[in-house]
Amino acid sequence: MAEIQALAGGFAVAFSLKNLLFMFIGVILGVIIGVLPGLGGANGVAILLPLTFTMAQTPGGATSAIILLSCIYWGALFGGAITSILFNIPGEPWSVATTFDGYPLAQQGRAGNALTAAFTSSFIGALVAVILITFLSPVIANFALEFGPPEFFSVYFLTFCAFIGTSKEPPFKTLAAMMLGFALAAVGTDPVTGTLRLTFGSTSLLTGFDFLVAVIGLFGIGEILLTLEEGLAFRGAKAKLNMRVVLDTWKELPRYWLTSLRSSAVGCFMGIVPGGATPASFMSYGVARRFSRDGDKFGTGKVEGVVAPETAAHAAGTSALLPMITLGVPGSPTAAVLLGGLMIWGLQPGPLLFVEKPDFVWGLIASMYLGNIAGLIVVLTCVPLFAAILRVPFSVIAPIIVVVCAIGAYTVHNAGFDVWMMVVFGVLGYLFKKLQYPLAPLVLAIVLGDNAEASFRQAMLVSQGDLSIFFTNKLVGGLTSLALVLLLWPLVAWIVAKARRG
Amino acid sequence: MTEEREGRAAFRVKSAEIAVAALFLATGALVMYDSVRLGSTWGDDGPKPGYFPFYIGLIMAVAALVNLARGVMIPPDKNGPFVLTQQLKMVLTVLVPTAIYVGAISQVGIYVSSIVFIAFFMRWLGKFAWWKVAAVSVGTAVALFLVFERWFLVPLPKGPIEAFLGVS
Repeated sequence: MAEIQALAGGFAVAFSLKNLLFMFIGVILGVIIGVLPGLGGANGVAILLPLTFTMAQTPGGATSAIILLSCIYWGALFGGAITSILFNIPGEPWSVATTFDGYPLAQQGRAGNALTAAFTSSFIGALVAVILITFLSPVIANFALEFGPPEFFSVYFLTFCAFIGTSKEPPFKTLAAMMLGFALAAVGTDPVTGTLRLTFGSTSLLTGFDFLVAVIGLFGIGEILLTLEEGLAFRGAKAKLNMRVVLDTWKELPRYWLTSLRSSAVGCFMGIVPGGATPASFMSYGVARRFSRDGDKFGTGKVEGVVAPETAAHAAGTSALLPMITLGVPGSPTAAVLLGGLMIWGLQPGPLLFVEKPDFVWGLIASMYLGNIAGLIVVLTCVPLFAAILRVPFSVIAPIIVVVCAIGAYTVHNAGFDVWMMVVFGVLGYLFKKLQYPLAPLVLAIVLGDNAEASFRQAMLVSQGDLSIFFTNKLVGGLTSLALVLLLWPLVAWIVAKARRG
Repeated sequence: MTEEREGRAAFRVKSAEIAVAALFLATGALVMYDSVRLGSTWGDDGPKPGYFPFYIGLIMAVAALVNLARGVMIPPDKNGPFVLTQQLKMVLTVLVPTAIYVGAISQVGIYVSSIVFIAFFMRWLGKFAWWKVAAVSVGTAVALFLVFERWFLVPLPKGPIEAFLGVS
């Protein structure tokens, strides 16, 4: 029960007036970010990250900073549901599945029920994931203390193979996008020998590409361009949410306990193995439809069809932080941005964090409980306010979002060159999104590229270039084998499909 | 797809697929080229700096070739529009001013260029009254100034006009 004790200590850290204030600010900002097109969890956190540079230097400031940023993330997870249900526009990719039943419910005048169901399920999904983090992360961190370079590389390898095995995009496009990420990460100074690589004589490239700039461009500017293409008019249902509707829905929800449980499990699994919240929400919607008694009525406005994807998305989004704090391997782009934040503040994510900065880690975990409660309160009480944001004309919102993105890109290194890179990444994001090149593996490869390369080269040095080092013991061999299975999964699936047809 | 109703395609999926795959192929080749220059083999004291990037470039090039082949093999009946002319026009009406805006940041600072950028959008695309345009664009700049420079102490690029007003 050492975890309970550590968690109590964490609550003591998180439960200060200042941190509670940051929690509410974070959640409110996060919901706004989640509602606005072009801003999402990943680039929202990336834009606000430079604001925390000075904050994190004060004593206890790093904890406040991570609470602020992680609460923005929770807020964005909640916020995505609002636009899906009321406007049939998914504010975030993981809330696409929520539109299937959420929007029909809103059209039937039951928007309040749909919203309550979505928020409550989000909260439950997050709660399950946080409980998992509380009890599992110390174990994993402890276990990972013994990791050497081959083990770390096999974890990275597994992370990237999981993208190929689980993403719905074509595997070779996933591979190409991922390799682009690694190549961008390699630009600049070689971390081992100090040689300049891929800079081609440019001084602006000496420091390499910052993934924060890439995230802001790919997700922010790219998303704006896509939204513009689809036209500017948002027509939405009215949001009415009073206590009676909330209580009525809460009475109905226990009926779907099995769906919630299943969706939480799917979500947690997909979050830890970096599949991410988006495939988790689709998968859990599909599973719920297959197992539900009235599965054929899904898509016409069933509350259960809102519960399933929302629970899974939030569970996945939350549990994506588990590998980030224990191994330093983020499970989602937003977790990657938070990881980048830790590194900028001078904290080294990974197993040692639990030993060296227990206050920080347990403060963060405690804030996940409190932040999600804060989130639930905020969204249940302020829905009409947030829905009003989408009624502001796009010709006002779009330029302001572009300005905010530009400032975010500039403040990462105080470099004008980065703002240009943001525009280039924006165009790439637009093209990649339209042609189904996934962005998440690209971003994760930029973040983890240097570490993955360093652990690979160290492992190769130990073994004198012999690849069999990745199979020397049960642990590293198991991880590598699992990675290879995931890597070859699309090929197997293709052969099976072909054999069945022929 | 009833194209008459939805407008003319500026580009089709096939050409877009091929162009992006070719871009990946070129990038992969470039990465491999520079890696070979740095040494992509095993040196006396372990792998040389180009060892890891070389394989990254190689895998990228191979994946790009597969994507390129799949792009070339798209049959005509599946070759839908990638982007319609009016959609492209919409995208460019944002992209071109954004590029000008980014270029202006280093010249006149971020505040003045942001005011002009927001005002341009609201007036040109939104057809708002001038007083609304002025209120939103100047209000945004002032809010950004307070948040970044005053509360979080993050300096943003400023130009001659800020120097004249004495706020830099």
